[in-house]
Amino acid sequence: MIRKPPTLDPYPKIYLYRRLVQAKLFIDDHYAEAIDIDNMADEATFSKFHFIRLFKTTYGKSPHQYLTSVRIENAKQLLQTDITVTETCERVGFNSITSFIGLFKRFTGLTPSAYQQQQHDRHAALIQNPLHFIPNCFAEKKGWTPPHPKP
Amino acid sequence: MITKMNHVSIFVLNQDSAYDFYVNKLGFKVHTDAPMGPGARWLTVCPPEQPDLEISLMAIEEGMMFKNGTAKHMRDLVKQGTFGFGVFECKNLLATYEELKARGVEFTKAPTKEFYAFEALFKDDSGNWFSLGERN
Repeated sequence: MIRKPPTLDPYPKIYLYRRLVQAKLFIDDHYAEAIDIDNMADEATFSKFHFIRLFKTTYGKSPHQYLTSVRIENAKQLLQTDITVTETCERVGFNSITSFIGLFKRFTGLTPSAYQQQQHDRHAALIQNPLHFIPNCFAEKKGWTPPHPKP
Repeated sequence: MITKMNHVSIFVLNQDSAYDFYVNKLGFKVHTDAPMGPGARWLTVCPPEQPDLEISLMAIEEGMMFKNGTAKHMRDLVKQGTFGFGVFECKNLLATYEELKARGVEFTKAPTKEFYAFEALFKDDSGNWFSLGERN
């Protein structure tokens, strides 16, 4: 009896990516905890070496670099509130305030406290003069400004 | 000479729900979120690597923009999936497809190699559809 070959999935890589994505989502959900490369590779059920290589090829950064970027992005969100820099550092999973400040500056060009001040100033300006942030054509269409004179 | 586009609108049924979709599911960044009086809000988001393109998530509500019952008509059209508002790009379509699916994004076409691109199609929470392509 001639056995048919199994049906080939046109994109077998999908299963590989599914596991990789699982690890990425794990980082997104657990960035505030003390996670390391072993936790991440376990989540994807890859060997550590294979995981790091595939992650970097797919996302353009190592898992550790990605974890750092997620922590910084979340710190940026927290710093838009009145939370202190020290508490922000702890809440996004950094152990050392010095390394947090250094990394934050490397990613954003500003120290966390300067960034927080900048965001507070922008928010105050937004509340005071929201129309300064909206193209007039939209504001006018919405009825937020008087119509402009016809040419 | 026109050099670039910096604002574009997507009409949505509900801005709170659109915020959740574009920010928490697609991973876009909030650019401006300003209260504009009772029931009105100016909300723009940007694709993560395109901070100078503000996508305005525009609520379809009866008012200056939609008059004389046109809001209902527009809402019906959006719900029916009439509008495709653009093509998004990613570096790895299979990985992005898996990630967005895991986040709850509904795809209407799985990644497919077409003549012009490797692409998938997805819908936002209102019914607007988009192409998602891989840039090589």
